[in-house]
Amino acid sequence: MTRDSKPDLLKVEGLKAYYQMNYYGVEREVRAVDGISMNIKRGEVYGIAGESSSGKTSFIKVLAAAIRPPLRVVEGTVKYEFKNGPIEVTTASPAQIEEVRWKHLSYIMQGSMSVLNPVRRIGKTFKDFAQRPLGLTGAAFEDRVIKHLARLKLPPEVLRAYPHELSGGMRQRVTIGLATVCHPEFIIADEPTTALDVVVQKEVLSLIRDIQKEMDSSVVFVTHDMSVHANIADRVGIIYAGRLVEEGPTKQMFFTPKHPYTAHLVASLPRIGDTTQRPALEGRPPNLADPPQGCRFHPRCPLAVDKCRQEVPPLETVAQDHRTACWRWQDVKPLVGSAHPAGVMA
Amino acid sequence: MTTLLDVRNVSKSFTMGGIFGRKTVNAVMDASFSLSAEKPEIFTIIGESGSGKTTLARMILGLEDPSEGEILFQGQKVSRHASKAERLAFMSKVQPVFQNPFEAFNPLKKIERYLESTARQFLHTKDRAAIDRAMDEALQKVGLSLKEVRGRFPHEMSGGQLQRCAIARALIPNPPLLITDEPVSMVDASLRMSIVNLLKSLRDDLKVSVIYITHDLATAYYISNRLIIMQRGRIVEMGDARTVLDNPQHPYSQLLKASVLSTDDAGAGKLATDPDMVKAANGLVGQAGKLVVRPDGREVRVYG
Repeated sequence: MTRDSKPDLLKVEGLKAYYQMNYYGVEREVRAVDGISMNIKRGEVYGIAGESSSGKTSFIKVLAAAIRPPLRVVEGTVKYEFKNGPIEVTTASPAQIEEVRWKHLSYIMQGSMSVLNPVRRIGKTFKDFAQRPLGLTGAAFEDRVIKHLARLKLPPEVLRAYPHELSGGMRQRVTIGLATVCHPEFIIADEPTTALDVVVQKEVLSLIRDIQKEMDSSVVFVTHDMSVHANIADRVGIIYAGRLVEEGPTKQMFFTPKHPYTAHLVASLPRIGDTTQRPALEGRPPNLADPPQGCRFHPRCPLAVDKCRQEVPPLETVAQDHRTACWRWQDVKPLVGSAHPAGVMA
Repeated sequence: MTTLLDVRNVSKSFTMGGIFGRKTVNAVMDASFSLSAEKPEIFTIIGESGSGKTTLARMILGLEDPSEGEILFQGQKVSRHASKAERLAFMSKVQPVFQNPFEAFNPLKKIERYLESTARQFLHTKDRAAIDRAMDEALQKVGLSLKEVRGRFPHEMSGGQLQRCAIARALIPNPPLLITDEPVSMVDASLRMSIVNLLKSLRDDLKVSVIYITHDLATAYYISNRLIIMQRGRIVEMGDARTVLDNPQHPYSQLLKASVLSTDDAGAGKLATDPDMVKAANGLVGQAGKLVVRPDGREVRVYG
């Protein structure tokens, strides 16, 4: 099954979403999403990486149709091709969005402790979320939920439990359960494993992967941890300062990155069995209210030349499915790449 | 060899619940290890959440008293009930760095305030110039300077820079021992290595011993000299970091290593953990067993 055989489920074109604020007559504009275009196919896991304040959360807020002031879509379109018809998120009415939410478009949130209502039993929370979109009541609804929980290896007793009675891993599985009980076509997962420790993290990741395969949904997986992307994503997109700087199939992104930022992200991952000095990226992500001219990565980029300081590099195709926005992509060398001794992690 | 820190058969149990339905939770059981004063090292404590690694750190910092056993720092017993002067003397030698730099700093106060109050405490001076000098020295050690930091609020810094400030604050009294509790888990991946490299240079250049608490095996392998792996309050494996992580012997250590996400086969989508491995590791929870020294110098807990 190749990627090309599948139709696009999501099309984002030239999306610009800004935070526009006006406090006491002082206008301020934060360009959190500044011209992102991308497509996501049906049944694909698309990983989005980027550091904090790179605009990745604002981007997925738009994808999740949760656009609330001060965040405004200034330009561009976000179009889903759901089974029950297409929807354009930026112009859709609240009623139309209500129609697709949870049933077609769903969201696994960060921090399972704060997502679940602490004074409500899990079963009640399931009712709040899923009863209306599923259109089932009473025993039929409960049956459906229990079956779904079994798929997530959760016993039916969790429905009687309060969130604090469950372990972190179980809570995270409950939130995954909430997001997937209606069999949505498109799932947005925002750092679902960041707070978990290694053993549980791996469990939760394989669970997301299994359930995604079973339902043939698309998943947008957001995290800053590249090692998670390496194991779950089909394609990875890197967001830096509100722009997509590189995207491509996971393997190519790790072994032949074409953007210096990606190369750095990959190279800075420490590995068991290797104690060579790891380079760390100095500096900090730019202030989105006042981004640097030209390529936004140039102040931290080891390859920067004068052109980078003045002109914005376009996102151009450099190999099949592989796009990068760098004037000097031909000079980008993988910083580790072939030095990986294979099989150490057996 | 003089010992810097000596943890002797330390246990800690907490009582949970009210008068009825009282339960005791054994957070740490019979932990022993020591750090040498002559040879600074990075000593790593690895374990999942609930394994007792933070409780152990709190006891070393003197924030909790052990239920059994004792902790000696430079020959002196660490106690929660020390007098204020003793406490201050102790804190000038052992300093903590916490997990989340955004919570460690007061968001409404400038960063230098926190550094300043530490400097004033430990230098016993009100001389502004002396305080500024101490702050600047500490910030230089972590690759920042007072000029960069002065006048800025925590939200104006990136997580990595802020964590450096937190480390700089801990370095103000020139302590021989730093206790860092998951210092990189809240920091962005791209900035993570700068903190880890910093800890390494503290050990190599400034001869500071570091107790590095983490659940990330990859960074532990990268920087630590020795490590202990804890499972539900018990040390299950202890020894040289490379020896242990290259070829872990205890089932739980093996599970931890197998759970580390590798980037070698990026894109292959291999995620399944061997269920037998999980079962083998979990089956051992609650069994006492005992630590046995292996020929390669490590200690492994064996059962039955």
